[in-house]
Amino acid sequence: MDAGGIGIWGVPLAIFAGAIRVSTPFIFVSLGETITERSGRINLGLEGTLVFGAMTAYAIAVLSGSPWLGVLAAMGTGAVFGLVHGWICKWPKVNDIAIGIAMMQFGLGLAFFLGKPFIQPAAPHLPSIQLGAWSDLPQVQAALNINALFILGGVLALFLWWAFRNTRIGLVLRVVGDSTDAARAMGINPDRVRLLATVVGGSLAAVGGAYLSLYYPGSWNEGISSGQGLMAVALVIFARWNPIGCFLAALLFGGAGALGPALQSVGVTQGYYLFYAAPYVLTLAILIATSSPTRSLAGAPGALSLAK
Amino acid sequence: MTVEANTAAISIASERSSVLRPVLEWLARRAEPVVISFGAILIGLALFSIFILVIGKPPATLFQLMYTGGFGSWFSIQNSLSRAAPLLLTALCVALPARLGLVIIGGEGAVVLGGVAAAAIALPFIGMLPALLVLLLMAAAAMVVGGIWIGLAGFLRHYRGVNETISSLLLAYIAIALMNQFVEGLLRDPASLNKPSTSPLPAEYMLGKMPGMDVHWGLAIGVVACIASWVLIEVTSYGFAARIAGGNVRAAQIQGLPVGRLIVGFTAIAGSFAGLAGMIEVAAVQGSANASLAAGYGYTGILVAFLARHNPLAIIPVAVLLGGIDASGGLIQRRMALPDATVLVLQGTLFVVILFCETFYGRFKIFNPDLWKRSA
Amino acid sequence: MTRLLSMNRRHFLQASAAGALALTPGLLPSRALAQSALTVGFIYVGPKDDYGYNQAHAEGAAALKALPGVTIVEEENVPETVDVQKTMESMINLDGATLIFPTSFGYFNPHMLAMAAKYPDIQFRHCGGLWQESKNPANTGSYFGYIFQGQYLNGVVAGYTSKSKKIGFVAAKPIPQVLQNINAFLLGARAVDPSITCQVIFTGEWSLAVKEAEATNALIDQGADVITCHVDSPKVVVETAAGRGAFVCGYHANQSPLAPEKYLTGAEWAWGNVYTDFVKKLQAGEKLGNFVRGGLKDGFVKMSPLGPAVPAEGRTKFDATLAEMMTGKFSVFKGPIKDNKGNVVVAAGKSYAEDAIELESMDYLVEGVVGSTA
Repeated sequence: MDAGGIGIWGVPLAIFAGAIRVSTPFIFVSLGETITERSGRINLGLEGTLVFGAMTAYAIAVLSGSPWLGVLAAMGTGAVFGLVHGWICKWPKVNDIAIGIAMMQFGLGLAFFLGKPFIQPAAPHLPSIQLGAWSDLPQVQAALNINALFILGGVLALFLWWAFRNTRIGLVLRVVGDSTDAARAMGINPDRVRLLATVVGGSLAAVGGAYLSLYYPGSWNEGISSGQGLMAVALVIFARWNPIGCFLAALLFGGAGALGPALQSVGVTQGYYLFYAAPYVLTLAILIATSSPTRSLAGAPGALSLAK
Repeated sequence: MTVEANTAAISIASERSSVLRPVLEWLARRAEPVVISFGAILIGLALFSIFILVIGKPPATLFQLMYTGGFGSWFSIQNSLSRAAPLLLTALCVALPARLGLVIIGGEGAVVLGGVAAAAIALPFIGMLPALLVLLLMAAAAMVVGGIWIGLAGFLRHYRGVNETISSLLLAYIAIALMNQFVEGLLRDPASLNKPSTSPLPAEYMLGKMPGMDVHWGLAIGVVACIASWVLIEVTSYGFAARIAGGNVRAAQIQGLPVGRLIVGFTAIAGSFAGLAGMIEVAAVQGSANASLAAGYGYTGILVAFLARHNPLAIIPVAVLLGGIDASGGLIQRRMALPDATVLVLQGTLFVVILFCETFYGRFKIFNPDLWKRSA
Repeated sequence: MTRLLSMNRRHFLQASAAGALALTPGLLPSRALAQSALTVGFIYVGPKDDYGYNQAHAEGAAALKALPGVTIVEEENVPETVDVQKTMESMINLDGATLIFPTSFGYFNPHMLAMAAKYPDIQFRHCGGLWQESKNPANTGSYFGYIFQGQYLNGVVAGYTSKSKKIGFVAAKPIPQVLQNINAFLLGARAVDPSITCQVIFTGEWSLAVKEAEATNALIDQGADVITCHVDSPKVVVETAAGRGAFVCGYHANQSPLAPEKYLTGAEWAWGNVYTDFVKKLQAGEKLGNFVRGGLKDGFVKMSPLGPAVPAEGRTKFDATLAEMMTGKFSVFKGPIKDNKGNVVVAAGKSYAEDAIELESMDYLVEGVVGSTA
C-alpha cells in the first residue's frame, strides 16, 4: 500500500481505536446503572441524564475554561436527576420503567432548551494520555492516545467489582437488591439505599455524557447521543450486573460502532446502514441468548422489577 | 358532635336521599381518574409556569399562544388534528400491550417498516388496480409487517424471557437502519436524487383529505382504531382474558389462559396499528417512503398512551391535546424567541407529574364509597 | 401584525383573504409598495447556530433585518414532515408572511408544493435545484449556488498543502449536490497534482456527530491529511480533523475560529445577497425569478480568507483560479472525465458551464475518488 495508509490493517486498528473511543460513555453509564440495578431499581431515564450531563459539562467548560470543572458540574446535575427519579419511584403504584422514560424525555427537553446558547462556542477538551509514543505509525499513535476518563472508567470498574464483594456497603447494596424484606429484617432502610444508588448512578451517567461533549465527538448539539443511555441498560443485563463485565461489554459495543466507517474507509461500501445497526443487533442477539423464560434472569437482583 | 350523633346524621341523610346515593357512588368512582388526571395536568402546568418565570418570560403569554396555536382558530384546530392523527395509532401500540403488563416503546420501528412495506407493495400495482384496492393492500402489508415486528418483542418476552422494553427499543433502531437501507438502496427511486425515496404514489392513489377539512383520513382511521381497541379490551372475552393475564401472569396460567398466545396476539395487534400509522404517513402525506418516516410519532405515542392511562378512548382527547401543544410550538418559537425545546420540556414535565400522581389513586376516601358509611 | 384572529371561521377566511390580497404585488400600484411592510418567513431544519448549513441561511436572513419595512419570522428545528406544512401555514395565516423560504431539501416535495397550491398569492422559494417550469406552479421557485466551485478551490489549496497526496471527504448522503462537491474537490486537487486521490465516507445522515467523528478518524487513519465535508454542521469534522493534526477546508460557513492554524480556506454561502435581492424585487412589485442560481461571480458563494498554512504558490494559484471563475468562463467539469468505475462521464472536448442542468443529476464519483455511491 502507498505510504501513509495502512490498508486492510486499518479495519482492526480502527475497531480497536473505536472501541476505546466510543466505549467510554458506555462504561460510565453502565457502571452507574449497575449500582442502581444492584439495589433493585431500574433507571431507564439515563439517556436524559446523559444528554443533560453532556450539556452541563460543555456549558460549564465554556464558561469557566476548565473541562474538569465541567465534569464535576455534570456529576452534580446527574445526581439531581437520579435524586428526582429515585424519590418519585419510591412512592407506591409508580411504575419505575415508565418514570424512566418520562425522565428521559424531560431531561432531553431541558438539555436542548438550556443548551441552545452553547451550540456555537467551542469548549476546552479533556486531556488524553499518549500511550502510543513507541510506534512510528501515526495511526497507532492516534489509537493509543487514550482519554483520561477511559482509564478512570477502567479503574472504577475494578473498584466496584472489588467493593461489591468485599465491603459492607457492597453487601448492603446487594441485600437490598435481592430482597426488600431481608434488608428490612437486617435493619437497613431499603428506600434510602435505593435512593442513594440511583443518585450515584445518575451521577456516573452524566460523566458519560460529559465525555461525549468534552472529548469525543467533543461538541455540543442536539444529536450528540445515539441512544447510549438506553443501550447501556441492555449492556448491564448482558454483563450480568458485573462491573468488569460492563467494562468489557462496553468495549465490544464501541468496537461494533466503529465498524461502519472503518469498513467504508477500506472500500467496503455496500449496505453501510446495516453496519451502523451492528451494535443494536449485537445487543439484541446477546439479550436473546442470555435470557430464559423459566428462571428469572440469572444473577439478577431479586427485587428488580425487570426480572419479575 | 359525638361519633354516634355523626353516624346517626349520616344514616338519616342517606335514608332520605336513597335515590341520590347510588348516583353519588357511581360519580365518585368514575370521578377519580378524571379528577386526579386533571389535577396532575394542573400541577404540571404550574411547575412549567414556574420554570418559564425563572427564565424571565411571561407564562400567561405562553399559555395564550399555546391556545392560539393549538385551538384558537379553525386553522389551528386542523393543525392540531393533523398532528394528532398518527399519535392515535402509535399510542395504541403502547397502550394495548400495557394492559397486559408489557411496556413496549419501540413503536417507531413498526411505523417506519410499515411505511416501507406499504410503499413497496404499491409499486407493482399502480395502474393495474383501482386506488381503493391499492390502498387496502398497502394497509394490509403495513399492518402485517408492523405486527410481526412488535409481535416479535412479545414473542421474545414470553418464550425467551427477554425484557420487552429493551428489545422493542433495539428493534426500533434496527428498523430505522433497515428503512434507510431499503429507501436508499433496493427500493430507491432513481429519480429521487436529492431526497432518496421510493417511487412516488400518483396523486389519485393517495389517501385524501376528509370532506370539509384540511386533515387527511388518517384521523378517522385512528379514531376508529381507538374505538375498536376499546371494544376489544372491555367487551370481548379475548380482551378480558388479556386483562387478567396482565394482572397476574401466574394466576392466568393456572386458570388455563393461553398467556403466550395472548401476549403475542396483543403485541402483534399493537404493532399492526403502528404499521398502519406508517402507511398513512406514506399514503396521505409523503407520497413515498423516505427518511422522514422516522419523525418521532412512535415516541410521542408513548407519552399519549401513558397520559391516557392506556385507555383507548381516552387516547383520543389526549392525542388532540398533545397535537395542540405541538402545533403551538412553532408559534411560541417565533413570537417569544423561545427554543422549540420548550414544548419538549412541557411534555416531559406533564409526563413525569402524571405518572407520579398514580400514587394518589386509592388514597382519597372521597372516591371510595365503600369507606363512606360507617356501620352504626 | 400580531392581532389574534377571531374564532369565527367566516371572519377568519375573510380576514386572510383580504390580507393576502393587500399584500399581493402587482395588484396595487408599485409606488405604494415601494416601502411597504413585508413579512418574510424562514424555516430551518436544524439549529440556527450550527456553524453550518442552517447558520448560513440564518446569517442571510439577518441581512434582511437591515432593510426598512421588512420583518422576518424564523422557525428552526422543523422536521421534513407535515410539520413544515403547518409551520408555513402558521406563518402565512398568523404572521402574515408573504414570502417563505423553506431552506431544507426535503421541504420541497410534497410540502412546499402543497402549500403553494393552497396559497397561490404567497411566494415560496426553495433552496435547491428542484423547480421545473413544466411541473411546478409560478409562485414557487428554486435558488441555489454553485458551491462546487468553492469546493474546487478548496481542492486546489488542498493539493498544494497535502503531503501524503491523499485527501478526505466526509459526506452525508450520495445526492447530486454532495457528489458535485466531492468531485469538484478532487478535480481541484488534481489540477495541482494528478496523483492525488480522495477518499469519501458516507455517514448516511445529515447530522450525526459520532459518525462524523468516526469517519474523520477513519479517513485520517488511512492517510488523508486534508479533510473537508458536506454535512449540515461541519463543526465536529473540523475540530476532530484539526485535533488529529490534519488540515481542514471549511464548508457552508466559516469555521476558522474552531481551528485557526489548520483551516486552509472554505466554501461559504452568501445568502444575504440572494435574500436581499428577492425582497427588494418583491417590495418593488417585480416578478421574482423562479430558478435563481449563481456562483462566485454572482455573489451567491464566497470563499473564506486563506489560512496561515497555505503555501505561497497555493495562494497564487487560488487567486488566479478565483479570478477566472469570476469571469464566469471557468468550467470545473471539463472533459475528458471518467468515473471511478472506468466509464467516461464527460467526453473529451465537452465542458459543462456552471449552470449546466446535467450537473443536477450527477450520480457518479470521478476517477480518483475512492468510495461508492451506494
